[in-house]
Amino acid sequence: MDLFVGQLFTGLSTGSILLLAALGLSLTFGQMGVINMAHGEFIMAGCYTAYVTQQVVGDAGVSLLIALPIGFLVGGAMGLVLESLLLRRLYHRPLDTLLVTFGVGLVLQQVARDVFGAPAVNVTVPEPLRGGVDLLGTTVPKTRLFIMALAVVAVAAVTLVLRFTPAGRRIRAVVGNRDLAETAGVSSRRVDAGTFFIGSGLAGVAGVALTLIGSTSPTTGQSYLVDAFLVVVAGGMGRIKGAVVAAVALGTFQAVFETYSTASLAKVGVFVVIVVFLQLRPQGLFTLRTRSLA
Amino acid sequence: MKFFSTRAGTWTGFAAAALVLFGLAPLVLSGFRLGLLAQFLCYAIVAVGIGLAWGRGGMLTLGQGVFFGMGAYLMAMHLKMADAEFRGGPGAVPDFMELAGIRELPGYWVPFTSPVFTIAAILLLPTGFAVLLGFAVFKRRVKGAYFAILSQALAGAFAILLIGQQTLGGFNGLSRFRYFFGFNLADPVNQQMLYFIAAGALLVVMAVALQLRRSRYGELLVAVRDGEERVRFLGYDAANIKVVAYAAAALFASIAGAIFVPVVGIISPASIGIIPSIMFILGVAIGGRASLAGPVIGALAVAWAQTALSEQFPSAWTYAQGLLFIAVIALLPGGIASVGALARRLPSKPTAVEAAA
Repeated sequence: MDLFVGQLFTGLSTGSILLLAALGLSLTFGQMGVINMAHGEFIMAGCYTAYVTQQVVGDAGVSLLIALPIGFLVGGAMGLVLESLLLRRLYHRPLDTLLVTFGVGLVLQQVARDVFGAPAVNVTVPEPLRGGVDLLGTTVPKTRLFIMALAVVAVAAVTLVLRFTPAGRRIRAVVGNRDLAETAGVSSRRVDAGTFFIGSGLAGVAGVALTLIGSTSPTTGQSYLVDAFLVVVAGGMGRIKGAVVAAVALGTFQAVFETYSTASLAKVGVFVVIVVFLQLRPQGLFTLRTRSLA
Repeated sequence: MKFFSTRAGTWTGFAAAALVLFGLAPLVLSGFRLGLLAQFLCYAIVAVGIGLAWGRGGMLTLGQGVFFGMGAYLMAMHLKMADAEFRGGPGAVPDFMELAGIRELPGYWVPFTSPVFTIAAILLLPTGFAVLLGFAVFKRRVKGAYFAILSQALAGAFAILLIGQQTLGGFNGLSRFRYFFGFNLADPVNQQMLYFIAAGALLVVMAVALQLRRSRYGELLVAVRDGEERVRFLGYDAANIKVVAYAAAALFASIAGAIFVPVVGIISPASIGIIPSIMFILGVAIGGRASLAGPVIGALAVAWAQTALSEQFPSAWTYAQGLLFIAVIALLPGGIASVGALARRLPSKPTAVEAAA
């Protein structure tokens, strides 16, 4: 029982980290078809935002609370610049956006290396988040609980915005049928920019949260990126709930695999699971039903 | 440029390349630089395969490091076994295993004592793996971005898997090879022989790629790239067409890896993971993904620039790499090979590659 709860928790925890990293991607990749390899670097920018905020503010608790919205703005602003300068010209060439944004990611990594140095930096965890809580017989670190809660809040916020606000309705309209939305008077160009702002902002928030459980270096973002993409692929294009289910499932898979073998075999196991899974559902868990051929 | 696309022109190009590689380069380059060129030629062989799969077939494979690594590790295992046999007689374990405290030779190493088995494995194992994976992916019509991300995840998983294998040298990989099928690797004459092998392999691989492009199959491959559904509606199985190009690219990468190992003297997970795999793409993109010679020239140029710049200006070189990716892909998707064509018909319509990508 203890082992089961422990694994379930590790799975949920890994899953919530994956989800935080993948949620923004699910918007930009899933809804706009842009493969943003610089998303990892936006996460890294969020990490450094938390670090810098703490250097300036001092108090760990206050700086975390400030850094979360600032991280959103930093990530969002970077995304907005990327979208308006480069990606806007490449929407009809999705594979090329992948390579272009990989180049952007390389540049951003080197900027971080030149500004903050190659060695990893650490952020002090605020007092209330240190230690663990006893839950159903296992000890659960509070930082992990915080990240889970943040993931839940982020998903809820995105869902609410998409479903109930006028901006969200416009985003869904453009995703559903770009031409028809434009005919109805929606400026798809502005919607694209807005979607990209939100998606990249979420990467910044994820970055701030991830400083609680690991150190920050210029290559931090990369380590999360591939897994985050796998979550979106398995979850299905453009479906937030797909990303949620896929993130938790992959997190649990990884946790269970790691218990019975090694961390390195777990990565391979997850890859095999996804390839097999795509045999059953090539478009991912949840798909937008369209009559298009793709 | 037009001349080189005629039949006579192609063979003139091949003859010129052979003359440069076999005649000129060994004359003017020192042994050290010739070794470097041999290493670059290995990257160029990988690039030919990527040109076929990505440029002609539209499959952006970000995991060529996997096949490169397979060929390299298979070859390295044979060289280590030959080495162990030379030092300690039959049944001895390679030196790095002794250091790691492994006394018993793992079973899967045993067949690599045989050179024939090793070469067969280098040719068949990565190709077979690519065929299996290709069928699994393409038959289910997983394509485009999904395929690119899967291939990238494969490279990541493969590198992590290798790091965990102590019997394959773990993080440090395999290094310190003394003999290559009985030839002493420290001898400059044998190093030159390796260079000739690399140059010959590149020309052969390019000739194979050329035949594939010129054949009916090559037409179909481009058709799949530009309109997969239409090809399917005409009664062809698009998956089979793609699998052939993907497997050929895997085979080329494996051959390149196998030559890379004796030339460079080390193979480790660091040179086959996600980043090295995507770096293979850079040269192909710069040279021109859809052309035959473009990827080769691009790969050679990038490798040369990397060697010349990365030691002295590591920071500037990373910026340059990033900006090259951005500039070439965004502004010149046809690569250098398309410059001539662009100049001829300005203002231009989008090229075939642009419209397809």
